[in-house]
Amino acid sequence: MISGAAVLLWSIAALLGTAVLAIAESRRSGSGTHLIYSLTLGISAAVLLVLASRIFDDPVTPSTAALPLGLPWIGAHFRLDALSMFFLVVVNFGGAMASLYGLGYGRHESAPHRVLPFFPAFLAGMNLVVLADDAFTFLLSWEFMSLASWALVMAHHREQDNARAGYIYLVMASFGTLALLLAFGLLSGPGGNYTFEAMRAAAPTPFVATFVLALMLLGAGSKAGLVPLHVWLPLAHPAAPSHVSALMSGVMTKVAIYGFIRVTFDLLGEPAWWSGVAVLFLGGLTAVLGILYALMEKDLKRLLAYSTIENVGVIFVSLGLALAFKANAMPSAAALALTAALFHVLNHSFFKSLLFFGAGAVLTATGERDMEKLGGLIHRMPLTSFAFLVGCVAISALPPFNGFVSEWLAFQAILQSPDLPQWGLKVMVPAVGGLLALSAALAAACFVKAFGITFLGRPRSAAVERAYEVDRYSLAAMFALAALCLFAGILPGLVIDGLSSVTRPLVGSRMPVQMAQAWLSIVPIAASRSSYNGLLVFLFIAFSASAAAYVIHRFASHALRRGPAWGCGFPDVTPSSQYTAVSFAQPIRRVFGTFVFRARETVEMPAPGEIGPSRLNVEMHDVIWEVVYQPIARGIDFATEHLNHLQFLTIRRYLTLVFLFLVALLLVLALWP
Amino acid sequence: MALILELGVQGAQMTLVLLLAPLLTGFVRKVKARLLRRQGPSLIQPYRDLLRLMRKEVVLADNASWLFRVTPYLIFAATWVAAALIPTFATGLTFSWTADLIAIVALLGSARFFLALAGLDVGTSFGGIGASREVMIASLAEPAMLLIVFSLALVAGATQLSTVAAFMGSPQVGLRVSLGMSLIALVMVAIAENARIPVDNPSTHLELTMVHEAMVLEYSGRHLAMIEFAAFLKLLLYMSLISCVFLPWGLVTARAGPGSYVLAVVFYIGKLAVSGTLLALFETAIAKMRVFRVPDFLGAALMLALLGTLLLFVSRSL
Repeated sequence: MISGAAVLLWSIAALLGTAVLAIAESRRSGSGTHLIYSLTLGISAAVLLVLASRIFDDPVTPSTAALPLGLPWIGAHFRLDALSMFFLVVVNFGGAMASLYGLGYGRHESAPHRVLPFFPAFLAGMNLVVLADDAFTFLLSWEFMSLASWALVMAHHREQDNARAGYIYLVMASFGTLALLLAFGLLSGPGGNYTFEAMRAAAPTPFVATFVLALMLLGAGSKAGLVPLHVWLPLAHPAAPSHVSALMSGVMTKVAIYGFIRVTFDLLGEPAWWSGVAVLFLGGLTAVLGILYALMEKDLKRLLAYSTIENVGVIFVSLGLALAFKANAMPSAAALALTAALFHVLNHSFFKSLLFFGAGAVLTATGERDMEKLGGLIHRMPLTSFAFLVGCVAISALPPFNGFVSEWLAFQAILQSPDLPQWGLKVMVPAVGGLLALSAALAAACFVKAFGITFLGRPRSAAVERAYEVDRYSLAAMFALAALCLFAGILPGLVIDGLSSVTRPLVGSRMPVQMAQAWLSIVPIAASRSSYNGLLVFLFIAFSASAAAYVIHRFASHALRRGPAWGCGFPDVTPSSQYTAVSFAQPIRRVFGTFVFRARETVEMPAPGEIGPSRLNVEMHDVIWEVVYQPIARGIDFATEHLNHLQFLTIRRYLTLVFLFLVALLLVLALWP
Repeated sequence: MALILELGVQGAQMTLVLLLAPLLTGFVRKVKARLLRRQGPSLIQPYRDLLRLMRKEVVLADNASWLFRVTPYLIFAATWVAAALIPTFATGLTFSWTADLIAIVALLGSARFFLALAGLDVGTSFGGIGASREVMIASLAEPAMLLIVFSLALVAGATQLSTVAAFMGSPQVGLRVSLGMSLIALVMVAIAENARIPVDNPSTHLELTMVHEAMVLEYSGRHLAMIEFAAFLKLLLYMSLISCVFLPWGLVTARAGPGSYVLAVVFYIGKLAVSGTLLALFETAIAKMRVFRVPDFLGAALMLALLGTLLLFVSRSL
């Protein structure tokens, strides 16, 4: 029988072939939109089918493959184990859904030849990263993935701000890859053992491990969107076509998280306890700042991108907990925390894809991403708005949907942590727990705003009044994802059991078997301590709501009359008198924004007796951009300006410089211990 | 047979909260009125209001969507399920393991999510003002509530409410500073969540100050009845929660038998009467605060809860 890794490699080859075909198609006739997306859908679905047969295997027998590509004395190694299998499911499911959506959405594409070749290539790149088993292949695939997604970000390069987004993305991606390159360099040691096998066997010294962890936080963190390396993400993700935005937010950030887990949990051996502190701190900070940025946003797609940052923070909090537990030899608690992280990875790939698809549908129907020009779409696009609502409820971590389950597991993991011995962790964990709770509450506020301003109320522009429901492919993709959000929420035991084979090799334990629990509850430790049953909660709510509705309609009254809304006696209140995205966020801006964004409000009133509008000006600062990035940019400007005259030296001076530099290098080498 | 009995007790609890909720609100109103030397409406006035509202026709705003019409039932159902999961007179009921305290808090979050959306649905500025203030209050109250849950869970070693109540009733609890902090924080959160003075005034209709009432301004008839009922249930829920955790006396286990059930229900009603009186006293004694004072109020609750949790984390090793 052909091994799993080989099947995956064939499918990646097929995706690359599709990319080549797309180039040929765009040269030849018009667009081959239907053909290309059908092919990617078919390939992703086939991979999912192959993986589905093994997903509940425990333990998973890893299958490997080697190709004579890449560096001649190494070749390219690939390995399919439980961790990569889980992430391949995320990647290929996201890919399949994006292709299905693209079948409809792609028809509205103004420049298909800029999207179609890169879409399969991007998918292939993400598959390759997850499958790679040596540093060279990993980095090459990582760069391939970054460049393919960069090309997709630049698909509409003539639109305002997109070129800048692409530029910042390129700079940050190169920086991230540089950090990864150094991390793998340290891991492979002076002998140059580039295979993960050899890295796993060679236990790095604590000194090296510190550097590797820091470099992984920089490299994988910048791709995943950890604060303060997130700046490119809210620019680049929304700039791409919506199904690509969904892939970048829902899936590519997960590939970055895969890289982080692979190195810190698998290759690096036993972690130090303070590595958990660092990851927890960054995760908590990212979660709260990400969602606060999202709340201040009025562009729907950028709001979703900032919310991705929040979710990445939530995942990193769980990962930090897992590291802390692992370092203190508490394997069952570590398994709980890691399961929470991976469950959230899966959940976020579901609902963030769904929400970006919804935003894409709105964009197709109205041509607007600015929420201040939308409103009332629930009447024009009932199906899209329903699916988007499901996504909003799920991402706000509300029961009985899936987002709540992973947050609940993370809280349960936090409640395990008083047994941790180190004081640093004892103080850090409850504080981060508070941040996590804060970010969950703010996320609910943010998605009330996202749904309420976009889909509810009255239309704020003429474009909305001309809106129409989107095509059936897009709807199929959205409803499939919405159904999965509910399904994973009411049967979480199934997902948790599927993750058991992933956690065991990484932290040495697994959560108890959940599907054997009575009534399909989930019970992380013991039933008397904590349990949650999404299925029953869902059934109870459905039952009591319909019972109440039935009783009232049957025995009391079902009369209904339509009338105008109460406008305080003013006739014809214009839609512009509604709350907008900015005004909705005003109370929260006043509570949190004055501190985080240095937000200031000034009111300009006309002089008494004068007839003129008064104005409210809001001033906000992107603190991270101003504190971190602008000084760097100024420093680079300063350096380039002052080093400029090095360009106009005579040959003698150049030779002197070279000579001096050589001497300095030799001195360093001679003095190196 | 045992299963039928247990289901019967669970059903009795669900009916009990439904029947008592309007009475509790009526009682609080009556006590407040008496404290102000007014006669006050009769105790059963809330029942009459609900019945009257249910029989009236609904006047729906022209552009209200299906969400606006579904929301009242969803809110009612989520609040009812949450209220029925809190031990009132007996612990360890058949379905008590369906949701722990974290999930109960989140269920109330679901109800609030839909209420805020309904506020935005019609597209008037009243709904917007209510919804935006409500989510601001929730963004502070919810983390405070979760940190209180953390404290309780760390003391009792469980987030399961029946286990927590049983532990708090046992002699091994003792007086703890962190529990005191949690109690104060919980009372503050409960006041904010139930839109009581000083955070919100349940009987105001002044544009500048209303929060909850602004969101439901467009509701009428049976829809309004459902939302009012949910508000009654929420008040009962928080009082049951506070009394089952901090006054766990008189609770019986699910298999105790009919005689002790009756006694336990009498105990429970007594506890509700005491906490209702305290609420009325508090509300009469204090003035409503400005909307932008509320974050300070809730921030204090958040800090108290965080401090309580930190103390527990730190004291675990001492």
